[in-house]
Amino acid sequence: MPHAQSGPQDRYFRHLLVAPSILVLLLVAVFPLIYLILVSFQGITMTDNDTRFIGFVNYLHLLEDRRMWEAVLHTLMFLLIALPLELILGLFMAQLFLDQLPGRQVFIALLVLPVVISPIVAGATWSLMFDDRFGPINQILGWIAGHDVHLLWTIKPELVYSAILVAEVWQWTPFMFLLLLAALANVDKSQQEAAAIDGAGYWQIFFKIVLPSIWPVMAIALMIRALDLFRLFDIVWALTKGGPGTMTETLSIFTYNQGFKQFETSYTAAVALVIIILLTAALLWTLRRVELSR
Amino acid sequence: MRAIHKRQLRMALRLTAAVVTTAFFLFPVYWLFMISFKTADEIYAFPPVWWPASLQFGNYLVLFKDGDATAVWNSLVIASVSTLLAMVLGTLCAYSLARYKTGGDHLSNWVISQRMVPPIAVVFPIFLLYAFLGWVDTYVGMILLYTAFNLPYVIWMMRGYIQDIPRSLEEAALMDGCTRWQVIWKVVLPMCRAGLFATAIFTFVFAWNEFLFALVLTRTEVVTYTVQVTHYFGGQSNFWTKIAAMSVLGTLPVFVAVVFMQRYMVRGISLGAVKG
Repeated sequence: MPHAQSGPQDRYFRHLLVAPSILVLLLVAVFPLIYLILVSFQGITMTDNDTRFIGFVNYLHLLEDRRMWEAVLHTLMFLLIALPLELILGLFMAQLFLDQLPGRQVFIALLVLPVVISPIVAGATWSLMFDDRFGPINQILGWIAGHDVHLLWTIKPELVYSAILVAEVWQWTPFMFLLLLAALANVDKSQQEAAAIDGAGYWQIFFKIVLPSIWPVMAIALMIRALDLFRLFDIVWALTKGGPGTMTETLSIFTYNQGFKQFETSYTAAVALVIIILLTAALLWTLRRVELSR
Repeated sequence: MRAIHKRQLRMALRLTAAVVTTAFFLFPVYWLFMISFKTADEIYAFPPVWWPASLQFGNYLVLFKDGDATAVWNSLVIASVSTLLAMVLGTLCAYSLARYKTGGDHLSNWVISQRMVPPIAVVFPIFLLYAFLGWVDTYVGMILLYTAFNLPYVIWMMRGYIQDIPRSLEEAALMDGCTRWQVIWKVVLPMCRAGLFATAIFTFVFAWNEFLFALVLTRTEVVTYTVQVTHYFGGQSNFWTKIAAMSVLGTLPVFVAVVFMQRYMVRGISLGAVKG
């Protein structure tokens, strides 16, 4: 059909099917883009509805905005710490559950749960866990230390990052685990056995045989998680709202604060536009290397 | 003999590791659920108690009595309607992309890239538009935005599921004189029923769990449960009973959904890349 007889009627039909979706997507993709470009060259703030075009003022401001660069730094830090942690822990877990184990399916079904919880609920849950008096974390630490522990996990500057990272890694390690488990299950066993007979060690087999064959899936898992971490918002919001001060402000939280707390409309537009451009560039670069569609 | 012993020991070790790992990942979930059944006295006990004296539903009753539970209803309306819309529009589009290669790889890649744009960058201009249209804090506004937000996912996933169906069936139906609409309705949709179902559940969960859009675009009328949870965090004191009970109300439906998603989990969360 479709290919055998691609008449004018077909062309009408196939475009009819696509039209409504593309229209909706264009509305939410192109409208904001045009709007952001326009507004970012104006000077609208909370107190001043200045719609004259002022050129690149907002973009220049962005370049020297310390707070924004710090937000970029925080975001990258979360990304660079959480991503490898999730990958390594996920890989260990996948190894653990790869072979037959009593109740294997039940374990896996239970381990999925954190992934489907709303990130805001996950954050809320961990803020209950980290409570200095009524949370179990300090209690358990107290047992280990042998005396009462009162660490202010979501308030003390030296502790907040660990708290956020724990929550983040807790929620998304199972994601890595599930995908890597699926990938590992598809690795050809006979090749590994042959290599083992030839005297190859565990790590040699892992790096020479297993890793290359799970790499496509691993790359996709890393890409999805990296993109999510880049826009990290919910968990941090629930735990610290970006505080203390602006210490844990991610790029998303920074943008939110600029737009909806300080009402720096034009400046926020510039920030949002830069985010879209940077991300699109990164995405195109990755999509060309990662095979998302088969 | 020794070999058997060694194997048993290995298995016992692995099993222990499995139990410990699972316990670690489930403990926070347990803690959340458990708090929702505690009385205020039990919550503010020091040192913390690990299980409530009795299963009491007082914290939930309060949510319903104070009207807070409306938030769950709002989430339900917004997530269901937007899922339905996204499924209808997205599946038709997916069929065209899968079978006619409409727009080639470029269109497909553009569609999926729309899913990856950071919500904060989109929600800002959308907010200004909605303020202008009077759509802030309305069902219409939220449903349309969630539909648009989930559309790329539906298109992308359904495109994959439709590609999995052998073409020959559709060709046979066309030969028998079916129109193209009939082919879609009577051949394609029944054939990818499982995929439709799985994708719809995922889409629902995404909409159900979404926070940032709801935070920006709701005020009082259509507040969703995720936003409602954050309302209970105060500067000095948190309403623990409400945080926990509302979170559980929001989490239970998702856990029920997981039971049905299980088989499609890997494919669903990997954007169709891994057909586990």
